[in-house]
Amino acid sequence: MFPYLLAAILLISLSGFYIGRKQASNLRSQTKLHSLPQYHGYFIALWCGIPTILLILLWTALEPVLLGSLIRSHLESQSGGLTPTDYVIMTEEVRNLAAGVALGTQDPLILETAEWMRSLQQSSQWSMVVVTILLAMLIMAFTRSKVAPGFKARHGVELLFNGFLFISSTIAILTTIGIVLSLIFETFRFFELVPITEFLFGLKWYPQIAIRADQVAGDGAWGAIPVFSGTLLISFVAMIVAGPIGLMSAIYFSEYASPKMRGWTKPILEILAGIPTVVYGFFAALTLAPLVRDGGIAIGLEVEARSALAAGLVMGVMIIPFISSLSDDVINAVPQTLRDGSYAMGATKSETIRQVIIPAALPGIVGAFLLAISRAIGETMIVAMAAGLNANLTLNPLENVTTVTVQIVVALIGDQEFDDPKTLSAFALGLVLFIVTLILNVVALAIVKKYREKYD
Amino acid sequence: MSQKKNNGTLVTKINSSDVRVFYDQAEALHGVDLEIYENSVTALIGPSGCGKSTFLRCINRMNDVIEGCRITGKITLDNEDIYDKGLDVVQLREKVGMVFQKPNPFPKSIYDNIAYGPQIHGLAQNRQEMDEIVENSLKKAGLFEEVKDRLNSPGTGLSGGQQQRLCIARAIAVNPEVILMDEPCSALDPIATAKIEELIHELRQNYTIVIVTHSMQQAARVSQRTAFFHMGDLVEVGDTDDIFVRPEDKRTQDYITGRFG
Repeated sequence: MFPYLLAAILLISLSGFYIGRKQASNLRSQTKLHSLPQYHGYFIALWCGIPTILLILLWTALEPVLLGSLIRSHLESQSGGLTPTDYVIMTEEVRNLAAGVALGTQDPLILETAEWMRSLQQSSQWSMVVVTILLAMLIMAFTRSKVAPGFKARHGVELLFNGFLFISSTIAILTTIGIVLSLIFETFRFFELVPITEFLFGLKWYPQIAIRADQVAGDGAWGAIPVFSGTLLISFVAMIVAGPIGLMSAIYFSEYASPKMRGWTKPILEILAGIPTVVYGFFAALTLAPLVRDGGIAIGLEVEARSALAAGLVMGVMIIPFISSLSDDVINAVPQTLRDGSYAMGATKSETIRQVIIPAALPGIVGAFLLAISRAIGETMIVAMAAGLNANLTLNPLENVTTVTVQIVVALIGDQEFDDPKTLSAFALGLVLFIVTLILNVVALAIVKKYREKYD
Repeated sequence: MSQKKNNGTLVTKINSSDVRVFYDQAEALHGVDLEIYENSVTALIGPSGCGKSTFLRCINRMNDVIEGCRITGKITLDNEDIYDKGLDVVQLREKVGMVFQKPNPFPKSIYDNIAYGPQIHGLAQNRQEMDEIVENSLKKAGLFEEVKDRLNSPGTGLSGGQQQRLCIARAIAVNPEVILMDEPCSALDPIATAKIEELIHELRQNYTIVIVTHSMQQAARVSQRTAFFHMGDLVEVGDTDDIFVRPEDKRTQDYITGRFG
């Protein structure tokens, strides 16, 4: 039904275009038009198409909601004394039956309601077809009558186009708001079960719940500090690797490498950025972590099989291209006149880089580092594979730590109940992580922007 | 090309013979022979793209930085070939300072902008000596009174004219023998320009100055000798008074009377 209806609407729009254009070009042979004939065509076609297609989408979205509440009130009026949950289940059963999924239900009420629902759906579908096609025709008739020498179809098209772009961007923004709101609401539900002070200041993280009431040590502990400290520790190790290497390679590429050299080495570095993080993950877990442990043992250190060091090292390698290409951009943005000024003073290349270029590019480089840190904090796959699950409050990178992202993954894998603190903790962790990276990004972008203004 | 008779007291500081500059294959300067005298101001004038800036940048080898740029011929400073294989470019530039078209103070404090050169060349033994160098350079550039209370604020916070005088002070700080100026006033207003021109007058006592300028009035005001470049050729060189009053070449005459350029 749906594809045919869409095709019909498109057909009407298309014929609207040709009719409008024909009519306008007939007029044009007699007098001067404000808008070219094809604008009259576009005007009719867009007005026929866009509102009707929006109506179809709206109808399809609202139909199940309206029908559901209709069915539910019907069930409530027919049978009394049941709990709300029962009604939810019954409504679902009716919905499934109406959709043709055989459930083997013998309840006459449900069977009868399902039949009723199916007929309702049928009539809703047909009325949608009739209403939208009629609407399209009506609009076409109305807009056709507007075709006239003085009619500003060109501006009308401009306005419609404007509106279309506005709607597209609104969708993107609303989605963002929706995601943030859902995070916030679920987080509030978590804080109903676990006090916020425990979450923010607690030093122990044991995300489990008692299956039986009398279970020993069944209560979980929800202190997020060890989880965040793990994230920070791993990010710190990553930045120790990526910061210097990324910055030095950026300096090399922008100041020393010949254009030819730069032409083929830079893409190679950027390939690093294209490796899926999951590949980094198993490289960390299967290759580097054992290497780190064996190396540690060889020099007499006790290293755990899954160490913060291994995860941090690999994460550092992952963000090298990130830092390198951002720093390369800011270093290239330092005006050539500053370099010339320094060389003309008799400075050598490295003196110029250390004393003039780096200070000039410093704000931008700081911005690049902050963006890289926020990237490291949010990284999931590498730590999920190479870091541990144990929320260990430590600063020793040779030990096993866990991170926020890993705990979110763990909380949402497998069977979950959505009123259980373990599941909800994922949202609280996610929200805090979101706030931290948001702040980092805002600060970083502000710094980078301020820096740009200085030299533009 | 004509060469005016030298005044007996003038000493040649820089001598270029048959200097040609190529950008990749294109020849931008077609054999320039020019003498520049000590303690005088030489102005290089000519229409855009005539090669005057290119020639200026040959004198402290700033063209070395440009990819694909090649130079033939000979330039001597105090009878030493500056394109000699054994010559240290860094030391050459210590002797030949440069001021650019757009003021380009470093992203440092006013003090550090001046101290940069003396520091990399090791001209000061201690903080006190450095303070003296900074103060003297700023005084010579006529900027000291204006900035003495804010030596630690950033050099980029000064006005355009002050920034350009800061750049001149910076060049003076390493105690050069020659100062090259590449259209030093083109980004400045008339008042700042007048200050810089006054400064050029005073600096002439101690330094040899070569200035590229688009303004013929400026050339007439500040220089003792003027060289006119056109399409990569040195057309005419002589005492500024003669060049502007009695140009020998038709092209020079057309240019200074505003018929082209």
